Amino acid sequence: MSVTFKALENILEHYPPSSEHLISALQDVQAKFNYLPPEAMTAVCDHLGVPLSRGWAVATFYKAFSLEPKGEHDVAVCLGTACHVRGAANVYEKFRRDLGIAGPEGTTRDLKFSLRQVRCLGCCSMAPVAQVDEEIHGNLSQRKAGHLLRMYRKR
Amino acid sequence: MQITSIDDLQKAKGVGLAQLYPDKPKILVGMATCGLAAGAQKVYDFLSKKAQDAHWGGVVEKTGCIGFCYKEPLVDAILPGQPRVTYEQVTPEIAGALWEELAAGKIPEKQVMARIDVDDMILNGGPRKFYKGKLKGFLAKTPRYEDLDFFKLQRHIAMRNCGFIDPDNLLHYIARGGYFALYNALTAMTPDEVIAAVTTAGLRGRGGGGFPTGVKWASCRKAKGWPKYVLCNADEGDPGAYMDRSLIEGDPHSILEGMLIGAYAIGSSEGYIYVRAEYPLAVKTLQRAIFAAREAGLLGQNILGTGFSFDIKLNLGGGAFVCGESTALMASIEGKPGEPRAKYVHTVDKGLWDRPSNLNNVETWANVPVIIAKGADWYRDTGTEGSKGTKIFSLVGQVKNVGLVEVPMGVSIKDLVMEVGGGVPENREFKAIQIGGPSGGCIPKEHWGLPIDFDSLWDAGAIMGSGGMIVMDNSTCMVDVAKFFLDFLIDESCGKCIPCRLGLKRMREILEEFSAGKGSLEDLEELQSLSEAVKDGSLCALGGSAPNPVLTTLRYFRDEYEAHILQGKCPAAVCKDLITYSINPELCNGCTACVNECPQGAITGTKKEPHTLNASLCIKCGACFEVCKFGAVAVA
Ligand SMILES: Cc1cc2nc3c(=O)[nH]c(=O)nc-3n(C[C@H](O)[C@H](O)[C@H](O)COP(=O)(O)O)c2cc1C
Ligand code: SF4
Ligand code: SF4
Ligand code: FES
Ligand code: FES
Repeated sequence: MSVTFKALENILEHYPPSSEHLISALQDVQAKFNYLPPEAMTAVCDHLGVPLSRGWAVATFYKAFSLEPKGEHDVAVCLGTACHVRGAANVYEKFRRDLGIAGPEGTTRDLKFSLRQVRCLGCCSMAPVAQVDEEIHGNLSQRKAGHLLRMYRKR
Repeated sequence: MQITSIDDLQKAKGVGLAQLYPDKPKILVGMATCGLAAGAQKVYDFLSKKAQDAHWGGVVEKTGCIGFCYKEPLVDAILPGQPRVTYEQVTPEIAGALWEELAAGKIPEKQVMARIDVDDMILNGGPRKFYKGKLKGFLAKTPRYEDLDFFKLQRHIAMRNCGFIDPDNLLHYIARGGYFALYNALTAMTPDEVIAAVTTAGLRGRGGGGFPTGVKWASCRKAKGWPKYVLCNADEGDPGAYMDRSLIEGDPHSILEGMLIGAYAIGSSEGYIYVRAEYPLAVKTLQRAIFAAREAGLLGQNILGTGFSFDIKLNLGGGAFVCGESTALMASIEGKPGEPRAKYVHTVDKGLWDRPSNLNNVETWANVPVIIAKGADWYRDTGTEGSKGTKIFSLVGQVKNVGLVEVPMGVSIKDLVMEVGGGVPENREFKAIQIGGPSGGCIPKEHWGLPIDFDSLWDAGAIMGSGGMIVMDNSTCMVDVAKFFLDFLIDESCGKCIPCRLGLKRMREILEEFSAGKGSLEDLEELQSLSEAVKDGSLCALGGSAPNPVLTTLRYFRDEYEAHILQGKCPAAVCKDLITYSINPELCNGCTACVNECPQGAITGTKKEPHTLNASLCIKCGACFEVCKFGAVAVA
């Protein structure tokens, strides 16, 4: 989605120009565009009257913000303690290998998948767990992880 | 419905009760996060559609998590004059079978888990029995909740409404005695009396520290400055715990009512709930609850006609563990990066926007209405000398019955794991329980007789924490666990102070050496002294408690560290540098399952003949071990 003046306007009109709304406004931008485009950051900071440096400081501090475009499917693998003791690390490596992601987290070249780590999705009874987009998949094994990616690749 | 007087509240209770226990059949579907993950939405949609299509005279409703997460999706059926019956692991197909019988007015027997004879309704005039006379047939043989090992030791006080009400229905909450404690506090008690009740009850903060709640309120009440803020910590950072989330998703008004009572006691008219944005259902549930309370007049101006005013804003956290710390949380609400500040100025004096602020955890707030409604003495009856009431734990990891449990303080770790949790899975052995998340520690079997309360856990080197209890068996490596928590904490350290930022990294390096079979006993000593230094020198409690997982594993599992260092062995077969995979030709029948999984092409052989594994190609991913049905892949 391209960053239009209109789309930003729709977000910003909810917020009076005060610095306390910085995080909320950025959360809305993130939800709308899947990341924080630089031009959106400038618009938010201008509107709220906070320095741009403060905007980026907040954006880099909190995990919820992404500075780069995200893939079509968001793969969030739980590495919480309950999942860890049930083998989540190996499952995570499997996702990383199959998606060909070099760093600990990242997005595939074709922008099909983004892989990231989360901690506790609140369904430890099904550990290890991953959430793809809105859907939770539990009792994962490496084999099931492979199936899952194949399934979403077709969607 | 406007609720602006005690008469309105009574009326609302009547309407709510009629909805809660109507004179017609009712089906309840558990729809908190755990239920949804297991497929409850499909079951709910299916049953609602059936009921609608058949013009069924009954109701299909959603409810929160009652704790049996390992049995989800859970469905309950209540036919008038019959016990409430719970069904486990209900797939849409099973729901179909259940529906056929329920529609015909029968109580199905398939998938039955337990029955409830009495709804104890602790806040509303005592027990309500579901049926009269004697039970016949299979129902007589179906265990009651309190007969189940998982439930026997439990006592639901904070979770009193979870699994009984539709969390989005304010009237359901009122029907079970909700908002009467608020009325009582506002009209029959002075703020000081409210504080005295909370103090006498012995309520201690459930967010980790166990600070006496009444004492905190009293200092905030005394503090000079205006306005004063009342805050709720729903950041739930412990990466293996979900008590707060379930409470919110199952009973949001108990938190709002607690905050209202706290605000009255402290003298505040503005509140905030800081909740993780990663908890979408909890966020939505809170939004709806706040909206409903406002519509009814239970938030806003002149509440219940008493002249008292209070409103609550919701603030979504950006996903940083450190923001659960009180000063960082307040910085975050102000729209800044969540960095803690030194606490020589207390937040009760200068907190949010430098105004007096009182922060409590979700579960702490949910306990408050009970204390006011039932009295401090009633509340004190449960628990131990220094820790009163109950505590909710998420009992997870290598344990059979995984779920949320609320038990009286003082229950032993052993009872929790073996009775409530049903022990570790077959062929495994209990090794340790991790309590208190990244700030807590691992407690070994030798100490599992320990009663769980704030003080005894502290003595054992762990902390109560927010309530994560992760059971570990002999497949868990303690060096790896220490590394796991350090990784988490390094990631989450805000970076403001040096002991935390650099000390933790150095500790991590030492552990890395160990898990590679390197290092020496001197390094063990360095790890120990570094841990102490980080503990003492860090600015906030994140750094201050970060060494706990390392220190407790050093204290209780030193032999395991030594096995890594001295023998180059990982007894649990976890640390990649110290293990090798191989195929046992005696057990391998050449099914080739592993050949297809191996990313390296390291396994070769002829079909139906024993295979061989080329260790020089192997990256130790463990995929072959996982798929071999014959136990032929060995790891050591
Ligand atoms: C790093 C760190 C993380 C914390 N995370 C949480 C949390 O997620 N939830 C919580 O209620 N308290 C958390 N706390 C404790 C809070 O600082 C604070 O003590 C608590 O919310 C006070 O409420 P209580 O007295 O009702 O427990 C954390 C503390 C630290 C140092
Ligand atoms: S551990 Fe992984 S890489 Fe090694 S042989 Fe097994 S499947 Fe292949
Ligand atoms: S899966 Fe097991 S039995 Fe089958 S080939 Fe591999 S090691 Fe042999
Ligand atoms: S730790 Fe993974 S879902 Fe809780
Ligand atoms: S960086 Fe926060 S305590 Fe050290």
